[in-house]
This record gives sequence, C-alpha cells and structure tokens, in this order.
Amino acid sequence: MSARLDYFTVFDLPRKLQINEEELQRLFYELSRRVHPDFFQTATPAEQARSLERSAVINRAYRTLRDLVSRVEYLIQLEEGRETKERATGIKPKAPTDLLEEMLEIQEALQEAKAGGLDGPRRQHLRDVQARLTERRKSEEASLLDFAREWDAAVDGNGDRKGLLDRMKQTLAARAYLNTVINDLKEALGEETQTHVSHRRH
Amino acid sequence: MSRIVGIDLGTTNSLVAYMEEDFPRVIPDAEGRVLLPSVVAFTPDGVLVGEAAKRQLVRNPTRTIYSVKRFMGKGYEDVKEELRYFPFQVLPSHEIVRIRVGEREVTPPEVSALILRALKERAEAHLGEPILKAVITVPAYFNDSQRQATKDAGRIAGLEVLRIVNEPTAASLAYGLHRLKEGIVAVYDLGGGTFDISILRVKDGIFEVLATNGNTHLGGDDFDRAMVDWFLADIRARHGVDVGGDLEAMQELRLGAEAAKCRLSFEDRTVFTLPLTQHGFTYRREIFRVELEGLIEPFVQQTLSPCRLALADAQLGLDQIEEVVLVGGSTRVPLVKRRVQELFGKPPHSQLNPEEVVALGAAVQAHILAGGITHMLLLDVTPLSLGIETLGGVMSVLIPRNTTIPTTAKELFTTSVDGQTVVDMHVLQGERELAKDNRSLARFELRGVDPMPAGMPRIEVTFLIDANGILQVHAQELRTEKAASIEVKPSYGLTDAEVERMIEESFIHAEEDVASRLLIETRNEADAVIRATERALTQGGHLIAEAEVARIKEALAAVKAVSDGNDRDAIREATGRLNQATLHLAEVLMDSALKEALASKQVTEALEKK
Repeated sequence: MSARLDYFTVFDLPRKLQINEEELQRLFYELSRRVHPDFFQTATPAEQARSLERSAVINRAYRTLRDLVSRVEYLIQLEEGRETKERATGIKPKAPTDLLEEMLEIQEALQEAKAGGLDGPRRQHLRDVQARLTERRKSEEASLLDFAREWDAAVDGNGDRKGLLDRMKQTLAARAYLNTVINDLKEALGEETQTHVSHRRH
Repeated sequence: MSRIVGIDLGTTNSLVAYMEEDFPRVIPDAEGRVLLPSVVAFTPDGVLVGEAAKRQLVRNPTRTIYSVKRFMGKGYEDVKEELRYFPFQVLPSHEIVRIRVGEREVTPPEVSALILRALKERAEAHLGEPILKAVITVPAYFNDSQRQATKDAGRIAGLEVLRIVNEPTAASLAYGLHRLKEGIVAVYDLGGGTFDISILRVKDGIFEVLATNGNTHLGGDDFDRAMVDWFLADIRARHGVDVGGDLEAMQELRLGAEAAKCRLSFEDRTVFTLPLTQHGFTYRREIFRVELEGLIEPFVQQTLSPCRLALADAQLGLDQIEEVVLVGGSTRVPLVKRRVQELFGKPPHSQLNPEEVVALGAAVQAHILAGGITHMLLLDVTPLSLGIETLGGVMSVLIPRNTTIPTTAKELFTTSVDGQTVVDMHVLQGERELAKDNRSLARFELRGVDPMPAGMPRIEVTFLIDANGILQVHAQELRTEKAASIEVKPSYGLTDAEVERMIEESFIHAEEDVASRLLIETRNEADAVIRATERALTQGGHLIAEAEVARIKEALAAVKAVSDGNDRDAIREATGRLNQATLHLAEVLMDSALKEALASKQVTEALEKK
C-alpha cells in the first residue's frame, strides 16, 4: 500500500458507492489498531515513520468514504483522473435552474437584512425560506442515493458511467449552492455558525 | 522501556500520575498533597515551585509567576489586554511573551519547565527511579504553537515528551477504563484558564473523537477576576479606598476571592475578609452564592456555544449524547453543573475527581504507549483548520478542523518569476476567511529550487499533523525528486537552537554536564534502535530476501561496535545507516499487518450493501 493509493483500495473495496457504513467503521478501527503510531513507540524509526504515514492515509480514506456526499465527490475526482488534492473537487456551486428566480429575491432580502436589520415579518420570511431550502438540500442528497444504486449497477454491468458522473456533478453543484445560501441565511438570522463553512462537507 | 508518567500541566494546578497494575494513580508529594500549584517564584535565595511559591506570592508579587499557561505559545500582542491582572512584568515585543524577573527574562516554556521539573522530581522520589519520559496534556483547543511550546517545556525540563494528549480525551480514557458504557460521550472540561468540549464515540476500546471546540481563554481565572472587580468596586463604594494599585493587597484579594469561590460551591454564603493594614481597617463582606452566580453567569454562558458548534460538526443532536463527563476544577461550581445538565438534558458524570481525572487519563495513555494496554486506542482530531495564505490575503484551507489525526495534505507550489530559487509559504490556523484574522503559525522558505522559467518547478509540499496535533512540513521537487530544504520561522515559538540554549542556560541544568548528557541520550537512542531492529528482524526477516537480512545485520553490528564508545557522531552515523537499511523491512511489516486486518473483512459482499 503506497501513500498514493486510492481510498477504495485502502479498504480493499471496489469503486462503488453503496457502502455499509457500520462495517466500514469496524474495518477502520481494525486497520487503526494495526498501524496507529501509539503501537510503534518501541519500533524502528523507519517503522514509526511508516506507521504515521499509513495512519494518515487510513484516516483520510475513512473520513472520505464514510458518508455518501464526500464519497461521491471523491469518486468523481478519481474517475476524472484529477490530481488528488483533497479539498478541490472542481465542483462550483450552481443554483438549480428552477430556483433561479427565487434566488434573486432571496439575495435581495439578504442584502436588506445586512443593511437595515430584520423586523418580525422579514425575519419570519427568511426563516421560511431557510426551512424550504433545507428541505430542498435534503432531497438533492436523497437523489444521490439513487445515483449510487445506478452507479453500482453500471460498474457491474455496462451502464452510461459518464452520463451518471455528470448528473452527480450537477446535484453536488446544486447542493453546494444551497449550502452557501443556507449559511448566509443562518448568519443573517444571527444563528451560530463558524465561518469557513465552505470546506465543511456536510 | 522505562516508565512513562502522565502529567497534567494546568493553569492553576499541575499533577503527575502513573499506572500501578491496572489503575492509574496520582502521585502525592512528601506531605501527601497531589495538586502542585502552577506557581513559580524567583527569589534571591533561588527558585521556588508550587505551594512554597504560592505562599510567598503576596510578599513577592513581581517575581512570582502564576497562570503561565495562558501565555504559552502566545505573542505580546495576544495577551496585553489582560496584563493588568498580573503583577509580574511582560515585556513588549513582536515575538513570544517574555517575562521580566529581576535582572533576567524568562519565557513561558522555561517557567513551565520548572513546574514539570518539580513533578518529575516528585515522581522520582515516590517511585525510586529516574523518570525520563512523559505524556503531557494540553487543552484540546490549543493551537500548534501552544502545543509546541508545551513540548519545548518538557525538553527543557529533561523529559522526552512521547505524546501531547488533549485534556478532555485523556479524561475520557480515565473514565473509559472502568466506568464508561459504549456510546456517544460529551466531555465538558472547564479548568482554571481554558475550556474544551469534545464529542467522542466509544466503541470496542476505540475512543474516536468526532469533534472538539473550545476557548483557550476562559476558565476559573475569569470567575476570580469577576469577583475581584466586584470586591474592588464594593471597597471603593463603602470605604472610599482604591486598592487597585496595591500589588500585594491585590494578590491577597485574588487568592481570597478564589478561596471564597470554592467555599461557595458547598455553602450558600460565606464571609470574605481582607486586612487593609495600610488603611487601618479590615474589609469584611458577606457574599451569597446567588451573587457569585450573577457574576459568573456570562462566562458559563460562553461555554455553551462551543458545545453546540461541536455537536454541529459531529453531525449530532443534543439528544444523541448518551453520557456527559465533567472535567476540571471549575466544574465543581454548582451553576456550571446546572447549566451543563440543562443543555444536555441529563445528569453529568463526576465520580472521578475532576481535578485529577486528566492526569489519570494521561497515565493511561502513557501505559498504552508503553505497550501495557493494547485494547484501547485514542483517535483524536485537530481542533483548528490548517491552511496557507494565498493571493489577496485569503486563507486557503488544507486540513479542515476536526480531521482525525495523524493526517496529511499535499499542495503544489511553483515559482512566479523566471529563475526564482526560493518560494515562501505562510502557514495559518483558524476558521476565518482572511489570513490576517487567523493564527500565524510559521513562515516557510523553500530553498534551492533549480532556476527555471516561472511556473516550471513543481514543488510538492506535504503538511503532516502528527498524533500530537503538531505540524510537520516536508517538500519535494517532483521533477527531480529532490527533497527541498525548508527553513521554518515559527511566529510565536522557539527555534531548536533557542531551546537548546535554554537547556544549557537554564536554572535546571546548571549543575549538569551537558555534553555527557547528550552522549548518554545518543547511546540510549542507539540501544533502542538496536532492540527495535532485532525485533523487526524476528517478525519480518522471513518476508524479505536473505541478502537484505544480511545487509541489516551488518549495519546492526556496526552500531553495536560503536554504541558503547564516546564518539557521539560515530554512534549517530551508524544508527542513521541502520535506519536506512531497515526502510524496506518496515514497509513490508506494515503491509503485512494491514493485509491481516483486511483479511478480517468477512466477505467483500458484506461491505457492499445490496
């Protein structure tokens, strides 16, 4: 196993999207027990260095594969043969076309909130929007489940993988866009957020 | 391996613990006290640490240093706001904090080293053997500079710091040994100067931290300060006297307020007295618990928001927390307990002494490292996002917060000008959009890049956060596969050379012969490598070619031939060659361990949910 191995191979898995997350966790714990630096304190310096390196790969692999969204992002990267820079998925946030009009209105409302604060009805309106968009995000994420099934079937058989990857990318772009807007809404409503949400995968 | 102790290096008090049979125990001093006040006094008669230093604090306020943990890994700019609370003098500078004591200056790691040294000696007296290795705890929310400063303190004290472990997670290990059920656990840790919240999943002996958050500037000290300000205002109002400028009275007031706060954890009211001999009277005031609670409520409220943020990062709701554990002396305060219980909707655990549990956990982690416990493993996270400054002063995140450590990230760098041979990087930690709002960790200079047209060199920089939460950086030019040399300028830390100078100059080692100490260190290291290599050969010798075994044995014999001698360089060189010879064997061993683990996977089908 080299440090540049892909994350599916780390767990000896085929490049499929449906994964039993509980079993993955068990395997992650098992691998950690074998390579974690804690257990190499009296080993040779070479073994200590390897242990550190392998643990890092296993940790990243687990974090990437354990939830569907980051798994799909990673798969797209792999399939498109982009250099594995962990954070760059190459997916730009893009508003779902059916929401474009409403988005303009929301952006306006956000501007107003920033400029002049929020009165009761406006606050309520933004809350409603936030709830609706959160629902929408959920449904986008749910559609990833369908794609996952289709993808795995395509791996086994001979489906249109390229087309599937494109559709998954669209879904992720929409989700990323929704994330940004939902976080802006949260901020405008004065809810607790920590910035740099953009790198948060969930 | 010689014994490894666990040390809780606290803001107010410090402790040392070790593992006896299957139980961790804190080590008392000769008088039976387990808490060592984290106070260091520089007196004309020498250095005092602990109780003795605390006792003379009122008489010698400008040369007695306390709460030094608040200054670890910090710059003057970071702390100047709160300096009015401290009687000792911190010198203005652009670098790390320097404290003036009489004729000389000391840095926070040097002061901490004196506390560590006192604990080391306490353990040595109790156990009757030399103690050279330790696990030291730090707040989970400590950044890289603060962790590094703690490690430096250990080194100055003559301790090899095998691991920096987070306080809340250490506490979970102490609880986990005998008292914790499997499930999702929240550890709420409010100490003298710092607050941490960690959310863990405990399963099959694995303690996996899911998220952590906190505030490294919030704790019992703040409660005391609120009380001090309240008493000062009261004295002014009722007696028309301003005590604020009187350093000695202020220290008496602070210690008295702290004691009153502790009494109010058990009583509804208490009487606070302060002799003001200069003014010819004694201030006397009854204070009720509800009054104290009014004063400290804002600080307690400040702990709740990090709890919610940690839960959000762990993607968990409050109702999914199965157990809540209280850690740190400040969780004895009834208001704190009440607010935590309200937040999580369940009574928190506090069976283990909240002031001792972190040290106990450090001893457990030490035992794991020594190979004494094999069924437990702690998987911790990095508390803050790590990134680099990019064009326009924006921070680009390479490793997001709450990533399981150890972890790595790689980034490609190139040149922007033809013939450029040096590339700069500015490494940051924090959650803000702009570089300037985040913590500057260090500036790196990649040197020795071959002159080429702009954009041609491809330098891959690997950022590795080790199991201590401390950053290591390596760089390689991809085209030539040459390792690039990196010069590190820590923004708020000591360089290796400075630490070594401190070891030589320190109060601690004045009596020692540094050269002979270094020789002994080198010999010990060689012996450890010899033993480890022999074990690796037994384990994996059959997995590699005979010629390779022969090469390793040859290198092994070469180390043995010089390891008892006095030539430190020869020992180091031979050890280095032996390490080189074992690189491939290490790889083979690690791969075979991983293969074995993967073989435990029932069938591939089990993992692919159909």
